[in-house]
Amino acid sequence: MFEQLKTATPLETVNVTLDGVAITLPKGMTLAAALLVHGAYPLRTSPVQGPDGPKQRAPYCMMGVCFECLVEIDGKPNQQSCLAQVRDGMVVNRQDGAPDIKGDRT
Amino acid sequence: MIDLIIIGAGPAGMTAALTAQECGLKVVVLDEQLRPGGQIYRNVLDTSKDTILGPDYFDGRTLAQRFLASGVDYRPGAQVWRIDDDGVCFTGPDGASILRARHVLLAVGAMERPVPTRGWTLPGVMTAGAAQIMLKASGVVAPNAVFIGSGPLLFLIVAQYLRAGVAVKAVLETTPRGNYASALRHAGGALRGWRYVRKGMGMLSEIRRAGVRIEKIDSYTLAGRDHLETVDYVVAGQARQIGCDTALIHQGVIPAVQASLSSGCAHDWNAAQVAWLPKADASGRTDKDWLRVAGDCRGIAGALSAQLSGELAALAIAQDQNRVTADEIAARTKRVRAKLNTDNAVRPFLDQLYLPRPDLLAPTNDDVTICRCELVTRGQIRQAVSEGCPGPNQMKAFTRSGMGPCQGRMCGPVVTQTMAAMTGLSPAAVGHYRIRSPFRPVTLHEMAQCAEAPDQKAT
Amino acid sequence: MTSHEFIIIGGGIVGAAIAEGLARQGKDVGVLDEGDVAIRAARGNLGNVWVQGKGAAYPAYADLTRQAALDWGALAERLQAQTGIDIHFRAPGAVYLCFTDADLENRAATMRQANEKTAIDNPYEMLDHAALARMIPQIGPDVAGGSFSAMDGTANPLYLLRALIQSTQMQGGAYYPDSGVTTIREYADGFEMQTAKGIARARHVVLGAGLGNATLAPQLGMFGGVRPVRGQIMVTERMQPFLPCGTNFIRQTVEGGCGIGESSEEAGFDTGTTIDILAETARRATRAFPHLAHARIVRSWGALRIMTADGVPVYQMKGFGPDGTSKATVVSVHSGVTLAPFHCDALARQIGALALEPDIVKSFSAERFDV
Repeated sequence: MFEQLKTATPLETVNVTLDGVAITLPKGMTLAAALLVHGAYPLRTSPVQGPDGPKQRAPYCMMGVCFECLVEIDGKPNQQSCLAQVRDGMVVNRQDGAPDIKGDRT
Repeated sequence: MIDLIIIGAGPAGMTAALTAQECGLKVVVLDEQLRPGGQIYRNVLDTSKDTILGPDYFDGRTLAQRFLASGVDYRPGAQVWRIDDDGVCFTGPDGASILRARHVLLAVGAMERPVPTRGWTLPGVMTAGAAQIMLKASGVVAPNAVFIGSGPLLFLIVAQYLRAGVAVKAVLETTPRGNYASALRHAGGALRGWRYVRKGMGMLSEIRRAGVRIEKIDSYTLAGRDHLETVDYVVAGQARQIGCDTALIHQGVIPAVQASLSSGCAHDWNAAQVAWLPKADASGRTDKDWLRVAGDCRGIAGALSAQLSGELAALAIAQDQNRVTADEIAARTKRVRAKLNTDNAVRPFLDQLYLPRPDLLAPTNDDVTICRCELVTRGQIRQAVSEGCPGPNQMKAFTRSGMGPCQGRMCGPVVTQTMAAMTGLSPAAVGHYRIRSPFRPVTLHEMAQCAEAPDQKAT
Repeated sequence: MTSHEFIIIGGGIVGAAIAEGLARQGKDVGVLDEGDVAIRAARGNLGNVWVQGKGAAYPAYADLTRQAALDWGALAERLQAQTGIDIHFRAPGAVYLCFTDADLENRAATMRQANEKTAIDNPYEMLDHAALARMIPQIGPDVAGGSFSAMDGTANPLYLLRALIQSTQMQGGAYYPDSGVTTIREYADGFEMQTAKGIARARHVVLGAGLGNATLAPQLGMFGGVRPVRGQIMVTERMQPFLPCGTNFIRQTVEGGCGIGESSEEAGFDTGTTIDILAETARRATRAFPHLAHARIVRSWGALRIMTADGVPVYQMKGFGPDGTSKATVVSVHSGVTLAPFHCDALARQIGALALEPDIVKSFSAERFDV
């Protein structure tokens, strides 16, 4: 379980949509850390099936190296949530397997 | 025309930028983070956690302040994905673009050494470095975690947790007992290293005083269904278990060489650091004249050495671009080199002391996942080796190891060491993955953007 | 010292296929391969088993290709039964994409020509944009149409190579990595080669060393007229399947990643990439399938194809020794994936019998370049 330091000054929160549900997360926090604190992990299942089914994955390195923390952000799949910051109105989806790349979304 | 592109705004990159600017070079600094500091000085301008993080951390604050005040063309949030003699490609807040310069300096730092064991891909298993980044950058902690591994950072983060009032369930230390004796053979270094050892022992007693269980263990595995549930470990031949939902693993750090490998410059296997290092002279010159390296990405040496090596590299580049003469910088170069030698003297001692156990560098159980992205196990590596697979690149082709989104960052060093252990060859003889651009995944749209802006290429 | 009745120089798809075929005949075979960083065409290949339009001006090559494509399914099954390796062979056909009406007309002419003098017909269909869009809904508005041939297929060249090497070994053949050949000469009643790991000797040799043939074959007075032609390839992350068939420059693999590549450059032995060509390839790929703009590339590299002057294979056998019974065979081919069934069956049989069949000699000897 992850939590924010009790001694830290509370951060302003903003509205984020996670898997279609409205939640609030601390503004400016690393998205991966915010999702961990929110309890919203695992973040995805691996696109590669193991012998005993899909593999749940969650952030591992928090420094942009391991690519385990991939989520869909504002329609763009496979974004490293450890390199993204929580923004107001962000739409985040956890991923199940390989992403379905869709047409123009801009 | 840009004279120098520096990649990374940690201690090496910031120092190099300031030095190069002093010498009259036009510098651009690209950094993937949004604030300067790199990982070691992550979020260093934020003073709210100083009592937790300790004085070594806010050492970097003055440097970051000087860097920001210098007026250097600093571009945060820029992910570089290609470095070649035809330019540096990166994706920033405004999309992808390409920059060209006479010299490129890599100051991209280090990464946690990947340590595959059973269960290391489970949610709830993270690196100790990740815990420290969360603490520094977000003020986020994992109460009741089990810390496993070896090296100064492990104890540092535990001590920081305790200072912050965060409960620590246990510390399982894997440093082989024999390492202490062999480290002491580096006599000169050990003398200087004493300061580090004492600092480490100070942290250790701080941890003990807090009543945290510390055990010296021989081996461990991580277990759980969809999430970490237990750590199973062996102490003096006895099997034990701790229930926990978070384990933080650490076996030291290794140079981040993805960028330098992708440029095609030569790398050597460094047995002391158990890692690939770009081949470079004292000033960070690689075998490609336009490419230089500084800081931990050229060999793990810590924040102070990183600053010094950044300074040396920038001086040498300024000299190569005829902005300063050898005479003008001779005294300064000599002084910086002397400081660097002093700071580095402890390194052989530390490298030896925290040398990971062989079975953590090259797993011995066939069911251990080595490539996390493509789920390639040690057993699959062994099978391909038995078919005559001559090296990591054919391994990649035969098993898809290293072909996932992390592009071989996590499995690369492990595949080399596992193949070395299986064949009896040295890691140097086994070789490494050939890393190609883009060394960070980029969309086709971003790639195409680098052709659509012809005027930008001229800059 | 390494010694075999047959030594194959080159452990790529071509060399390994011939070795596999010889081993299956019970011959004593050794494969001398380079090390880990060999210029390996297998790694620079989209994995198309490509038929349509190939050999449009060279009917014998068109027929060789078509027969191989027809035999591919059996090869994939046989290798899987032998080694357990799934080569991911699929034969859903392929489309050659045309961006303009003029391209489409030229393509139609090429396809017509390619069926004129051949023994095996390649049934095909010219598709306009609407017909193509019914087949692949994600096709971009810029694509005018294309030619579709159901005979085309796809396979994973890397797994093909692995299966060939493994099957060779399972049937008694020997595989020697890190044993690149630097020189070859006649020796007693056979050949002697200097390799990175010492001397190797054989009664008969096959030169299937790809671009290495350029320096090795002339040492025996044989055909070395191959040059590298670079193609820059990029590969995406895995994504959900969208491409039901192959195309001429984009293929979605069974794993879900897309291989994309179409450049053709004279760049010597440089296996690097250039941003201009990568960017242009990415641009064309997103014109073909606009949604790919959001797909992420994880690797790119320059692959070196083995090209003869006319782009058609060379199969050349020559006798050595006092009575000419010691045979050296030069195999210089750029389409090792498509022709794999021919190489490990008919060609390996002819090499094992120490004589190429007259129609192979007639159509594919090196003498066609003598003027």
